[in-house]
Amino acid sequence: MTAAAPLTTGAPIAEAPTGVDVPGTPGILEAVGYSFWYGKKQALFDVSMNIRARSITAFIGPSGCGKSTFLRSINRLNELIVGTRHTGEIRLDGADIYARGTDVVALRQRAGMVFQRWNCFPKSIYDNIAFGPRINGETRRDVLDHLVESALRRSALWDEVKDRLRDLATGLSGGQQQRLCIARALANDPEVLLLDEPCSALDPIATQRVEELLVELKKELTIVIVTHNMQQAARVSDRTAFFYMGTLVEEGRTERIFTSPRQERTEAYVTGRFG
Amino acid sequence: MKMSEAIAGMPTPPAGAPMRPSVRQREAAARTSRTLVRRRIVNNIMVALLTLSAVIATLPLLFILFHLAKSGLSSLSIDFFIKDPKSVGESGGGMANAIIGTLIVVSVGCAIGLPIGVGAGLFVSEQKHTRLATVVRFLADVLNGLPSIVMGIFAWQFLVRPVGHFSAIAGGIALAAMLVPMVTRTTEEMVALVPHALREAALALGYSRARTGLVIVLRTAMGGIVTGALVAVARIAGETAPLLFTALGNQFRSFSLSKPIAALPLQIFQYAVSPYEDWHAQAWAGALVLIAMVLTISIVARVATTSHGDGGSD
Repeated sequence: MTAAAPLTTGAPIAEAPTGVDVPGTPGILEAVGYSFWYGKKQALFDVSMNIRARSITAFIGPSGCGKSTFLRSINRLNELIVGTRHTGEIRLDGADIYARGTDVVALRQRAGMVFQRWNCFPKSIYDNIAFGPRINGETRRDVLDHLVESALRRSALWDEVKDRLRDLATGLSGGQQQRLCIARALANDPEVLLLDEPCSALDPIATQRVEELLVELKKELTIVIVTHNMQQAARVSDRTAFFYMGTLVEEGRTERIFTSPRQERTEAYVTGRFG
Repeated sequence: MKMSEAIAGMPTPPAGAPMRPSVRQREAAARTSRTLVRRRIVNNIMVALLTLSAVIATLPLLFILFHLAKSGLSSLSIDFFIKDPKSVGESGGGMANAIIGTLIVVSVGCAIGLPIGVGAGLFVSEQKHTRLATVVRFLADVLNGLPSIVMGIFAWQFLVRPVGHFSAIAGGIALAAMLVPMVTRTTEEMVALVPHALREAALALGYSRARTGLVIVLRTAMGGIVTGALVAVARIAGETAPLLFTALGNQFRSFSLSKPIAALPLQIFQYAVSPYEDWHAQAWAGALVLIAMVLTISIVARVATTSHGDGGSD
């Protein structure tokens, strides 16, 4: 078991093993018997899974299957909705993120989120990216400059925007804005990047750029992506989890899920017979 | 390798197997951690201040309601609602004439003002790039800021003087003139919130511009428009100044649109400045009834629009 890394104030973050896919290695993210309710309606039933560090995990399943709910539970965005509750645990590096004393601000710095529809702030490109580091205590001008450049380079946007960092971010194209949102999340140096259908509003070329970016980024962080696009899951992910009606039906190496699924419902879904 | 990009003032990660989390990530997490205590304190202070503001914002209403109930409830009886005022010196009597008068004058105001206001708001929002829309929007803002006493004098000049006597209809028109700019502006704001895609969907089915506006856009914005219109109606129901010069007031019950008519704000004013103890108590009761009417309208409409919205989404 990895040494628990508390999310509470000031605690050092423990060294953890590398993200090599060793059987039996605990993942950076673990759900244990996690159930979730919107009011009286139960959206997730007893989900237990491991998500491995420095890999891409895809959540697939038909609309309303709970995959986005689960993704949003990982950085506790769901609790902004009135009337929700949960049971079970989700652990980040061994520490329950719902434990008392957990600071959601610290959690969200470590687990960044990119949404379906790009949501750049109506500020300059530079200010959008510096937003996270600034609010999280970075005041040194040169460090901020460096963080912005590095985040833009890592999201493959630097060459397109380096001459207009002071321009309004909302003037960029959709694909550029979505990559800017990824850069904005990266500038916080999170350990986990959560993406909720990041390509559903993008054209194929912009989608390809984002996918290439994700494969590059998994060298340094853990990526969880919700997608409706089965080909996308097959192309980019190392592991795939299939959700259906609030339950995790099957989880495993992407190749195996798509070629020899163990569950009949998984096979029906990945071959396009329903959903 | 991108991982090893050096950041000024930060240690570079050692060569060899990558650590998890990386040095960068640990630096960022540690930096965040250092700010947490201060941010939590600031956050709690801000939330407390905002909560306090919210409570203070409701205090005047609670205070007024409490005070009115204390001073007015004692004079409130069935008689107050069904009897007209008695002459000075006689005890008893009520304000039925004023309650009826207010209902009539406000109804006239709504009948004239609401269609014009909603129509103007829809036009200004749907045709917002035309010069006429810009002019109308500006004039509505000016009209909104016009003191109600000025509106009263104008109504007197053009509706009372030519006819030669005060009338309920003149009062209703004066109130309508106040209602129009308020409703125009709220309608415009609500209509502007309707997604453009919805208009395109209707237009793509062959709807005309006008029909799209009336059937789709207005229907979508209805909840907000009704709420805004109610706030405006509540405002004019309590107006005194425009009625002083138009409806004038009446000690007797009247249902005629062409004769002077009583109204609650007028009667409250008249009674409050009178030297009689009896009338003072009745003025308090009148104020209580006026505020209760306004509250009732708001609550009924809120409930009505909520259930209407639910039905529509099925």
